[in-house]
Amino acid sequence: MATSPTPAAERENYLNTEYGIRSWLLTTDHKRIALLYLLLITFFFFIGGFFALLIRLELLTPAGDLVQADTYNKLFTMHGQVMVFFFLIPAIPAVLGNFLIPIMIGAKDLAFPRINLFSWYLLVIGGLLMMYTILTGGADTGWTFYPPFSTAFAKSQVVTAALAIFVAGFSSILTGLNFIVTIHRMRAPGMTWSRLPLFVWANYATSIIQVLGTPVLAITLMLVALDRLFDFGIFDPQRGGDPLLFQHLFWFYSHPAVYIMILPGMGVVSEVVSCFSRKRIFGYKFMALALIAIAVLGFLVWAHHMFVAGISLYAALVFSLLSYLVAVPSAIKVFNWTATMYKGSISYATPMLYAFGFIGLFTMGGLTGLFLAALGVDVHVTDTYFVIAHFHYIMVGGMVMAYIGGLHFWWPKISGRMYPEAWGKLAALIIFVGFNLTFFPQFVLGYLGMPRRYWQYSPEFQVLNVLSTAGATILAVGYVLPMVYFLWSMRYGKVADENPWGAAGLEWMTASPPPIFNFDETPVVTWEAYDYANLKEVAVEP
Amino acid sequence: MVGERGIMSAHVVPKKTYIAVWITLMILTVVTAAVSRIDLGKVSAIVALTIATGKALLVVLFFMGVKYISQKMTIVVIVAGIFWLAILMVLSMADYGTRLWS
Amino acid sequence: MGMWVFLITEIMFFGGMFTAYMVYRYMYYQAFVAGSEKMDFWWGTINTVVLICSSLTMALAVRSSQIGQRKALVVLLIITMLFGCVFMGIKAIEYTGHWKEHQFPGTNFHFEGPDPQHVEIFFSLYWAMTGFHALHMLIGIIIVGVIAFYSWRGKYGPDYYNPVENVGLYWHFVDMVWIYLYPLLYLISHKHGG
Repeated sequence: MATSPTPAAERENYLNTEYGIRSWLLTTDHKRIALLYLLLITFFFFIGGFFALLIRLELLTPAGDLVQADTYNKLFTMHGQVMVFFFLIPAIPAVLGNFLIPIMIGAKDLAFPRINLFSWYLLVIGGLLMMYTILTGGADTGWTFYPPFSTAFAKSQVVTAALAIFVAGFSSILTGLNFIVTIHRMRAPGMTWSRLPLFVWANYATSIIQVLGTPVLAITLMLVALDRLFDFGIFDPQRGGDPLLFQHLFWFYSHPAVYIMILPGMGVVSEVVSCFSRKRIFGYKFMALALIAIAVLGFLVWAHHMFVAGISLYAALVFSLLSYLVAVPSAIKVFNWTATMYKGSISYATPMLYAFGFIGLFTMGGLTGLFLAALGVDVHVTDTYFVIAHFHYIMVGGMVMAYIGGLHFWWPKISGRMYPEAWGKLAALIIFVGFNLTFFPQFVLGYLGMPRRYWQYSPEFQVLNVLSTAGATILAVGYVLPMVYFLWSMRYGKVADENPWGAAGLEWMTASPPPIFNFDETPVVTWEAYDYANLKEVAVEP
Repeated sequence: MVGERGIMSAHVVPKKTYIAVWITLMILTVVTAAVSRIDLGKVSAIVALTIATGKALLVVLFFMGVKYISQKMTIVVIVAGIFWLAILMVLSMADYGTRLWS
Repeated sequence: MGMWVFLITEIMFFGGMFTAYMVYRYMYYQAFVAGSEKMDFWWGTINTVVLICSSLTMALAVRSSQIGQRKALVVLLIITMLFGCVFMGIKAIEYTGHWKEHQFPGTNFHFEGPDPQHVEIFFSLYWAMTGFHALHMLIGIIIVGVIAFYSWRGKYGPDYYNPVENVGLYWHFVDMVWIYLYPLLYLISHKHGG
């Protein structure tokens, strides 16, 4: 490591190479595009979070007293749509993936830099459509758009919401396409598939899902729009249609979508756990294969969202069995992370705290998924808060923690500065406490029978709801802290050198922040991934 | 940028081959149109789809050049696309096909 | 490789509609037979021939770019576009006819015969599937036009013909969708009405 790192401002890097708004809005540099995405999805995280807070405020009391029932329907719909399509799906791939993948494979940029910028603009356009939807009253169908309510009865902004998501979906498809071609074609000499960091493998698996699944969502939303605009009746039982057909098509994408959200998080955790255990990842090959297995198996389980909707019992049996199978590769990953830590030299920097949080909370979320995959249990807890707790454990306890942990881990690389470590640890702790207080009571609530999407509830559920709302407030504080200190650190943070964590990986062998083309010379890789035993120096920087 | 010479690389397909494929496609179109006029019951769907798949294969292999590509990865991509569509169709039919069983 | 990855997204996009078609045809076969009898067999067949011819000219155009025959390239691309326009024209004729015959779903729909609800579903799928196909054709015609323009300017030759090849792949794909739509929409019934 360098002894006295030159502050970023004195050395040319991707941040200071050009100034002015045009140099950002017309950039094709994957690193700048990653930051553009960071701004955009942070904005949407606030919007989605705002709806969540309103939901939790309403649920402080059993009566429906804060908002009308119809308004409440809009709150949870917009919360879901914004969070899923404008935060969770893009977050890790478009921010961390965009920034890191070319550097991790030793390339100068992605395969299609202009398509990368176009992807960002698509998300902006989708976002504008979504803001328009919100400002003109929002949709009230639930994020799942089920017909015939969405097509024949809803009097809300269903078409514009569908259009917004349609456009955002194309952003997702193009990002996936870009990553696939990049990883296949642009690896540096010596960077074989078996030397790729697991973060790259994770984004590769994610990209496969994005490319194969999102188009089905696109056509399904189009059919809903046609149904609504031109009165097609294609899903309307009163017109001879089958509402379950919509559900099949919708969940064919939306189940794999949850793997789009979690796989990149798993990639982050592998990088962080390896670094802060000073040990190579246990079972690299199985970890990579597990990622691919999750991506593939994830496409075979969608009708577990439809167990009580009216599908045939035999189909339900098949999908239940397949849903159990998909848990296996996820479990392999949890075991391997644990094995990585065993006899490792563990340090507790902020990113590692988030990784710990991920492993524990993802496991809980995943196990409760198995409860839901069991047909008998599902009949009891489906459409209750049990399901809500289950997926929030994975999405928020898993993915969001991995995302924030990843931001902390690579912050020095992205900005050239360290964030304040004590605040980092404090925020992680607040988030962990707030998260569990918010969502653990919801498992109990669901088991006791509180239905989801209801704006009023039976009085005996109040105590648990109040706990949940209290937790949500704490969680909100926890989320705001990093935003504040990351911004602070850009001016006042300790200047970072190339490799403040002593981590393995090509991204740690170039300056922080990196030069505009990532490396001064194309690296030639002659070592295996996670080679913590002998950390090599590549002569790429004076 | 990726492969500026294109995936067909140096292989130039002779005009004759394209014309032959075109004639075959025309013949198959006539066949499928003519056969459809015969009442074959359930079999007519299978016949029609088989002919359509034959035509599609001709387009993919010759017009789109897949017969001449050296990169196996492209074949993997195409097969994956078809396989995934099959997943959607087959597993959906797992529901619809068995609804009347109980 | 990027173009092929994009094309499999299109397979899944159209695939959603083909799945819906398969499910409803499986459940309401007679209604689909009845609906298909209302298709214009001759227009559909002519359109199939038109698209196959356009694929030939497109393939020949790509070949011309590979061997540096600029003039042939431009001419073949323009002929491809013309075939595309003929296709769109015939679809316009068909659509107008269907609209006049109250075969557009919604309040205007009318069908004399058994199970009109499911015949309406057949037509919903007809309009949706051929509508999205036509939209893809239109985009294709425009892009071929752009490529034709650049070809005329001499941009493509044996050292650089990737865009021509990629547009060709897109065009052939759209043709292939029609190769399946034709028998599935026009040829279900062995009686062909009009």
